[in-house]
Amino acid sequence: MTALLEAPAVPVVAKKRRRRRDWRAIGAFVVLTGPVVLGLGLFKYVAIAWSFLLSFNDARGTITLGHWTGFDNYAFLLGDDAFLTSLSTIAIFTVFIVPITFVASLGLAVLVNSIKRGKAFFRTIFLIPAAVSYVVAALVWKMALFNGLPSGVANVLGGLFGADPVPWLSETSPPVYWVAVVTLRLWLQVGLYMILFLAGLQAISPSLYEAGELDGTTKWQAFRYITLPQLRNTSVAVLLLILIAAFQAFDEFYNLFGTGLSGTATAPVKPPLVYLYDSALGDQNYGVGSAGAFLLTVLIVVITLLQGRFVGFGKKD
Amino acid sequence: MAVLTAPRKAPKYVLASALAVIFLLPFYIMLRNALMTRQQVSSPDWSWLPDPLSWVNFGDLFADASVPMAHSLWNSFLVAIVTAPVGTLFGSMAGYALARINVPGRRAVFTYVLVTLMIPQSVTFVPTFVVVGSMGGVNTEWGIIAPNLFSAFTVILFRNFYLRFPAEIEEAGRLDGLGYLGVYRRLVLPNSGSMIASLGALMFIESWNAFLWPLVIGQDPSSWTAQIALSTFLTAQSVNLPALFAGALVTIAPLVAMFLVAQRFIVRGIAASGLKE
Repeated sequence: MTALLEAPAVPVVAKKRRRRRDWRAIGAFVVLTGPVVLGLGLFKYVAIAWSFLLSFNDARGTITLGHWTGFDNYAFLLGDDAFLTSLSTIAIFTVFIVPITFVASLGLAVLVNSIKRGKAFFRTIFLIPAAVSYVVAALVWKMALFNGLPSGVANVLGGLFGADPVPWLSETSPPVYWVAVVTLRLWLQVGLYMILFLAGLQAISPSLYEAGELDGTTKWQAFRYITLPQLRNTSVAVLLLILIAAFQAFDEFYNLFGTGLSGTATAPVKPPLVYLYDSALGDQNYGVGSAGAFLLTVLIVVITLLQGRFVGFGKKD
Repeated sequence: MAVLTAPRKAPKYVLASALAVIFLLPFYIMLRNALMTRQQVSSPDWSWLPDPLSWVNFGDLFADASVPMAHSLWNSFLVAIVTAPVGTLFGSMAGYALARINVPGRRAVFTYVLVTLMIPQSVTFVPTFVVVGSMGGVNTEWGIIAPNLFSAFTVILFRNFYLRFPAEIEEAGRLDGLGYLGVYRRLVLPNSGSMIASLGALMFIESWNAFLWPLVIGQDPSSWTAQIALSTFLTAQSVNLPALFAGALVTIAPLVAMFLVAQRFIVRGIAASGLKE
């Protein structure tokens, strides 16, 4: 028994009585955390510190420091229409994708959860697109579903209702390309968030619904006054994940519309990461690229905090 | 009871089935286009099934000299097969130490890991390119792999998992004279199978499907992954459409197969990783 209490395996007990340093524990701790501490140090901390310094340098075609230019790179970005347009592009995208993905994944979860037989079957089908990469999805959307040809799937379906073929990805007034962009991401992501909601739904105690039934609540009332409040933490997490994922959009925009690098400079929409990619990798301007990365990081953090305040993130309940 | 309510349940199944058809439509289109001839694909008339099926597209895919598809698939495999197990192991090691080994400075190390979570991964591609580039990692497989071996998210999830780990197992090992590392290697690691499987599967999917980082660091065709090769195909001038769709099928096949086989773990992994505490 005393051997058990002495054993350093029970950290809470050991803490107060042992002032003497346990070098074997420290050694093991260093060995086990070493790889991650060094890796994150190099690829996150050192990388970000270096890049932060580069953002105050004229670093064209070089990743070495030495040409201090103060806030020039930041001023350039904030005065560049292309960068500001990229911010409004991502804002529009976010306004569409966040509520649609949220409602769709919640709806799917409620639907799948209420199915008695074949639940696993439907869950699998709705989740399978999550295994597909954005590149492959963009390929299918660009070359088959929304290719703008009369034989494109969207136009074939539209034709059933007598609609004329639409050049989906190049039509800018009205900007119908958003239909392609939003449905692509929706198809890829909705199953993931459905899984999160399903986990949340299954954690709700059935006794709540039984109590509600005794009070004669309707299905809608049960959803509104039991399900939704019980899913609050899940909802906040899902909203946050969708929002952050939206701000980091790159793959589908790059593959649907091309970038300055691939020669199609007339891309109708360019979110910030594509802009950053073009300036860092295309123009080899690592100073501007770094400054853009920091502006975007600040923006994401601010919006995350704002949204947190808005929906009550951080409240422990 | 069940019989009485059965008719009311029918719309639910109709709705779910309709949605299932919509979700499967892109897969069907991929398969259909991969089996068509180039003429059929560009024909203005819609056809549900290609007739005859042209299997040559899969051969054309690998025969195209301008896009090294076979080598790119190999690179993807290499990247995923290294990243998933090594990254998961590193996460498990650090997560265990942070949960169970009480040493001075533990909180500081935990905060150090946690802070990196707050910086969105994809805006760090410029900084990471700067560092990996200066180390000579451009156009190398290790340049694609190295930065992704260290995931704060994986560490945090493993830490939460080990906080609830039964202490009896470790105590028994210690009584048998095992040191900290011995307990971890002989007892803790072998008992973390489900968590390792679920996060490993997620890491495999993530690194197989990754696009931005391999695009940034692997500019030479010799270091392309399958995603980059497909993307290049996609933006090329004269594109062999059926071969492109065949390529899409080949690229997603391993993951869809893995999804169907390891679904239990993947679902658990998504549920765990989505809801961080």
